[in-house]
Amino acid sequence: MLARLVVILALALLAARPAGAQGFAGLGSTAAAEGFATPSPDTRLSFPRDHGPHPDFRIEWWYLTANLTGPDGTDYGVQWTLFRTALALGEAEGWASPQIWMGHAAATTPQHHYFAERLARGGIGQAGVHSDPFEAWIDGWQMAGEDFDSLRLTARGAEFAYDLTLSAEGPLVLQGVNGYSVKSADGQASHYYSQPHYRIEGTLTLPSGPVAVSGQGWLDREWSSQPLAADQTGWDWFSLSFDSGAHLMGFRLRGARGDFTSGTWIAPDGSATPLAPGAFQAAPLELADVAGRQIPIRWRVTLPERGLDVEVSPLNRQSWMGTRFPYWEGPVRVTGSHAGRGYLEMTGYE
Amino acid sequence: MIGAALQALASHWRRHPLQLGTLLAGLALATALWSAVQAINAEARASYARAASQIGGATLDVLEAPGGPMSRARYVALRRAGWQLSPVLEGRTRLGEEQVTLLGLDPLTHPPLPAFEAAMQADQATLAQMLTQGGLLLASPELVSALKDVPGLPPLRASDSVPPGMVITDIGLAERLLARPDQIDRLLILPQQPMQLTPLDQLAPDLQRRASRAGADTARLTDSFHLNLTAFGLLSFAVGLFIVHGTVGLAFEQRRAMVRTLRALGLPVWLLAALMLAELLALALVGGLLGLGLGYLVAAALLPDVAATLRGLYGAPVAGGLSLRPSWIVGGLAMALIGTLAASAQALWRMLRMPLLAAPGLQAWAQRAAQGDRRMALAGLGLIAAGIAALALIKGLIGGFALIAGLMLGAALLLPPVLAALLGLGRHLTRGPLGEWLWADTRAQLPGIGLALMALLLALAANIGVGTMVSSFRLTFTGWLDQRLVSELYLTARDDAQGAEIARWLAPRSDAVLPIRAAEFTVQGNPVTVYGVVDHPTYRDNWPLLDRTPDAWAQVNAGQGVFINEQLARRADLWPGDVVQLAPGWVLPVAGVYSDYGNPTGQAITALPALLTHARAVPNRRFGVRIVPEAVPDLIEALRAKFDLPASALIDQAGLKSRSLAVFDKTFVVTGALNLLTLGVAGFAILTSLLTLWSLRLPQLAPVWALGLTRGRLARLELARSLLLATFTALLALPLGLALAWVLLAVINVQAFGWRLPMYLFPLDWLRLFLLALLAAGLAAALPARRLYRLPPSELLKVFANAR
Repeated sequence: MLARLVVILALALLAARPAGAQGFAGLGSTAAAEGFATPSPDTRLSFPRDHGPHPDFRIEWWYLTANLTGPDGTDYGVQWTLFRTALALGEAEGWASPQIWMGHAAATTPQHHYFAERLARGGIGQAGVHSDPFEAWIDGWQMAGEDFDSLRLTARGAEFAYDLTLSAEGPLVLQGVNGYSVKSADGQASHYYSQPHYRIEGTLTLPSGPVAVSGQGWLDREWSSQPLAADQTGWDWFSLSFDSGAHLMGFRLRGARGDFTSGTWIAPDGSATPLAPGAFQAAPLELADVAGRQIPIRWRVTLPERGLDVEVSPLNRQSWMGTRFPYWEGPVRVTGSHAGRGYLEMTGYE
Repeated sequence: MIGAALQALASHWRRHPLQLGTLLAGLALATALWSAVQAINAEARASYARAASQIGGATLDVLEAPGGPMSRARYVALRRAGWQLSPVLEGRTRLGEEQVTLLGLDPLTHPPLPAFEAAMQADQATLAQMLTQGGLLLASPELVSALKDVPGLPPLRASDSVPPGMVITDIGLAERLLARPDQIDRLLILPQQPMQLTPLDQLAPDLQRRASRAGADTARLTDSFHLNLTAFGLLSFAVGLFIVHGTVGLAFEQRRAMVRTLRALGLPVWLLAALMLAELLALALVGGLLGLGLGYLVAAALLPDVAATLRGLYGAPVAGGLSLRPSWIVGGLAMALIGTLAASAQALWRMLRMPLLAAPGLQAWAQRAAQGDRRMALAGLGLIAAGIAALALIKGLIGGFALIAGLMLGAALLLPPVLAALLGLGRHLTRGPLGEWLWADTRAQLPGIGLALMALLLALAANIGVGTMVSSFRLTFTGWLDQRLVSELYLTARDDAQGAEIARWLAPRSDAVLPIRAAEFTVQGNPVTVYGVVDHPTYRDNWPLLDRTPDAWAQVNAGQGVFINEQLARRADLWPGDVVQLAPGWVLPVAGVYSDYGNPTGQAITALPALLTHARAVPNRRFGVRIVPEAVPDLIEALRAKFDLPASALIDQAGLKSRSLAVFDKTFVVTGALNLLTLGVAGFAILTSLLTLWSLRLPQLAPVWALGLTRGRLARLELARSLLLATFTALLALPLGLALAWVLLAVINVQAFGWRLPMYLFPLDWLRLFLLALLAAGLAAALPARRLYRLPPSELLKVFANAR
């Protein structure tokens, strides 16, 4: 789920505007990748070890999105993300650590979109991840549990808070080939696995008061050092869960040399099939004015080999994350050949 | 009619260009010194405000531990409880030859900071550089150029958004440079907090939340300094106004005949008054503008020294450059206008009430003024009494200055009656007509020259008072340095580990190695540096105690007592026998009070083990080394070679003393300059008085000349008369100056700095000043005397021909 590259504070963390010339948020810069490990197709992921951080790689994230429903049938969306960026190779105690952590949390209702952002230095305990027992945290936000299958998720912003329990109802899914996910025709890649089968219960607190919610969640784990080609400036990323129990992850990377699309089809039993480049297709149906930009908020998504032809529309058109690196991220409804819900992320729209 | 009246009024100045010049010069001088001081104050205050905004978080509340710094773990625990906070570590340290304030921040959590934004704008890699290995120091361009050759410093980056004298850097690097690992001084409470937080008083009951005081500390410390400057400016202004008062009075007097003629021609008195007022205001405007230009030059010349003083003494960030502010221009002109009106009101009023047909006696002005002797004496005594009452009623700095104002103005008003009495006495003691005439004539001149003499009195008294204060201070300070700086060598290690290593190495090579270790605490809301000392005769034998309990040193060495410096003792009213709370659970009796002229803040001393129990991570980098003085150079060489220490890390006693004295002298450069300028203005006042009196006196001199006294003799007598008056004034200025010195030392210094200084007398300085006063008076009288000497006899004869 490479969408989440948002993070990359890297060298431009506090800069007012991302450097478009080097890809979104500097993700396409090669110099910064020097000295860092690069993903290899020969790597075999191992758990619980790989739930923890990989400081040899430049960037990494723990990314959870959830489609939830209240007692009155109202749909809600929740996002909890922890990004890790290394300014230099290695780890150290105290302020000397070159690791930087960034957290994003959001709660979306049909009318409102609330979000919050946190930044932290590594090495002092303000943020971090342990693999076993699993704990990921930044400030007071937490995703933690005895193991990866049962987690408690909390976050608090100025106008929202949530406290949710996650229980996995299916296996981990390795994206790409054995968790090696290719991102461009030049061979940029990342290590990538997901847990799309969380059953979620808990409380979502909004300015109007607490709401009991339940639904399903999708967690993505990805790490890399140079995930984008130099000409790639943004992406549209879809994680869709169908009523049939199947799931589809698909993305479109927009570049000067053309778009690169890829994805994974996940059967109800959790077995995953990587999609060939170009098999997954997504085309904008409607642009909307969001935060002063034109953003495609309705899409037609097709996957001919599965007989899939659906329309993806947002729960809330203004699901704008006005963070340091701004992007659109929010819950979506799926109608057409397959019905369901999911999350959509779009970056790099100026 | 108006045009004709204006022409008539202007004709006076055409005929008396010198008078016009004097008036303008008086106005310009008064405005110049006043506005120079204002410009300096405004620039310094603007610097403080700019620094506060550049440091950022100026409006945010702050969380602090009362007993000194808190640990990093404490910060992280509060962050993990959800509170949005940003840590700050701040300290004074020496980089190369520069004493700087080092501000360590966490760039990721700190609210937007102009220095960061600007640096990031210029180079996007700034943040990465700041947070990784090498680090980055942001400083003003001046500081960067001063530091650029210091070896071993992290990379420097110049930024206009960093206050002068300050280095902003990442908190991790600040920990290393200040040798304060794992410490945080305060936490900024960020504006946006998440919902459902546990209140801070439950999470951290021992931490204190307080409103931001960015810049407030500087303002508190430097207030007295600025008040001092303002008082000086006001004094100069007053002296300048004496000139204006004298010349305006004379000009109006000389125009009596013209005024009468104009009114007889039908010019309404209100119109005449309005025209004269307009004339005065126009003159005030011109003089004020001249003064502003002059004041700007004076301020620009003095500001670098003021800035150096404020930085050195208080660590206050002041830039050396002066900028022109509209408010300053308006304020200076307003002051010139108000001053002119105040100085001319009397003359204008008298002119309006003058009966149309009154005899046009030129003497009227002078004689009437003489009648007021008794009233002036009473008013003078009243002012002095009011000043004393003000000090009793309004405690503090303002009261002290009120006393000075009362004393000075009162003494000035007393001067003419006292001089009159002295001259009267002289006349009784003299035989012969010429002597009697001389005394009587001098007495008759007194009203005309009295104001100038008052100015001289004030200037001389200020010189004696301030000079005595500064010299006493310097003498005390030098003696104190001798007592306080006992160790032969002072050294600063790079870090605690090296410090320990050096101490071990030095132990067999010196008589004693005395660690200098301190931590910050808060007493009654003010920061106090607490030093921990080891039990060694060096302290017992030399420490300058002002007051103590009988077994003071035993108490302190046992950790059962604390010495506090005089500033803290006076501010908090703590004396031997009282107890002081340094931290929660750490209460010690005050065993003694010591004098401390090195800084304006509070300080305390107790046993090192006691300090180490109550403070965390006290740095151990500074040491005093006792050794025979002859061995110091070799030891410095050996230390430098063995531990690779920079030159600035090793300072011998003599070096430290001369550096301290240099800072001290710098502090009073401005005072000295203003002092001299005031005396110059007073000398000028005498000159103008004598010059204006000159034309009035011809009718009085002519009969004496006609009786057979030569012009040369008359000229010499004129000169002697001036010297006589100056001598009397200078003699009277001495007690006034000493009284002023006493107020400065015993009242103003205690309020401004928190220490009371003993007063020493410097008769040689008085003698020099006395000669200077005679010189000024002599020079001022020389010009009119020379004119008299060269005056064609026909002019003197005309007096009889034109007998009015």
